[in-house]
Amino acid sequence: MHIEISLQDGVPIYRQIVNQVKYLVASGKIRAGDEVPPIRTLAEQLHVTPNTIVKAYGELENAGILFKRRGAGTYVADLQSPLARKEQRRILEQRADALLTEASQLNFSFEEVLELLSKRNAIIAKSLATTSSKEKFNAG
Amino acid sequence: MPDKVVEVRNLTRKFGDQTALHQIHLEVDKGYVYGLVGVNGAGKTTLIKHLLGLLRAKEGTVRVFGLDPASHAVEVLKRIGYLSEEREMPEWMSIAELLRYTSAFHPKWDPVYATQLLQTFRLDAKKKIKNLSKGMRAQVGLIAAVAHRPDLLLLDEPSTGLDPVVRRDILNAIVRTVADEGRTAIFSSHLLDEVEMMSDYVFMFDQGKLVLQGQLDDVKEQHQILSVRFSDTERARPIVPEILAAERRGSSWWMTWDGPVEEAVECMSSIGGEVTQARHASLQEIFVARAGRDFLVETES
Repeated sequence: MHIEISLQDGVPIYRQIVNQVKYLVASGKIRAGDEVPPIRTLAEQLHVTPNTIVKAYGELENAGILFKRRGAGTYVADLQSPLARKEQRRILEQRADALLTEASQLNFSFEEVLELLSKRNAIIAKSLATTSSKEKFNAG
Repeated sequence: MPDKVVEVRNLTRKFGDQTALHQIHLEVDKGYVYGLVGVNGAGKTTLIKHLLGLLRAKEGTVRVFGLDPASHAVEVLKRIGYLSEEREMPEWMSIAELLRYTSAFHPKWDPVYATQLLQTFRLDAKKKIKNLSKGMRAQVGLIAAVAHRPDLLLLDEPSTGLDPVVRRDILNAIVRTVADEGRTAIFSSHLLDEVEMMSDYVFMFDQGKLVLQGQLDDVKEQHQILSVRFSDTERARPIVPEILAAERRGSSWWMTWDGPVEEAVECMSSIGGEVTQARHASLQEIFVARAGRDFLVETES
């Protein structure tokens, strides 16, 4: 697994690893069912403290991108499987409930929330486009 | 076993009228890597000597594994693996003799691990210490420090003057110590990149004082590098406590800011400035701002 760490821009190292693994998965360079390197191996390869890898893998597990088989390593999750899809939907539903509750407490109508979502979506899409081109540049 | 591997409270040390350490207060938890940074003479080695019991605390207290290392040298030292920059070794011994001699002090010495490391480093155990290169001596010192699988690995400037291959061996020893059995490592280095990569926590020393300590990611996220443009282009350096360093470049000011970026934006706009760029600071930038001078220039000269 090819990952490069840069100390130039002050981005925490675990976050650089998270972003690059996400990119490797999204670009198909690593696929569902592939095993990712054990913590010690990746720490030795990158010359970083093992706890940084623990933190990065933990975050990727929480995001449903990696999963652990007990005592048998860490693997790339199948994001398309019905089970994974169901679990992802459940996470999203919880977030949606929290957002709607907060909006109603702050006196935002449902229509206003929808409008806000579509505005934010446009902003995020724009910033993702710039970061992914930056990541491609870094990975290359 | 106590949770804290190291506890230092109010440690002050003077040599003559020189203050080597001033009211140092720090704790080390099990299972993490701690990086000590600072220029030569900042107090790192004096602290490490206290942890090893080579110096007894005169003001304040030092506890390692819950014990005073100066009074319980045997109990404390048998659980520490130590590698110093100087690497003083009995020159007349062969590598094998030195390792056998070292193993006598450590009941938990693992001869299989020692042999495995000798092979990894391609060292001939029959060779005399006096005939070894600087890098080989560091490798032998490293085997002596880790082959008893110490609960605490203590490395004082381990990389100084070594080529990248041997430096990698040393860094991998730190990785193994922490990854395999959740043990603890403390290392001092003037190579800030190395500390930034290898540490979970950082202790920054300047003139005997601990000027900054914390989890490395938090420390980096807490410090920003800003580019600020003022409507008054001739404006003098703004005096705000959060600005640790500032330098004029063209029509903008570049600043190292201690705090969240939102606060910087708000503060600058209240004095007629606009933050045009912001990013997290590197450890190097934080050190330069905190110590008020260029780190590498100080040590490399």
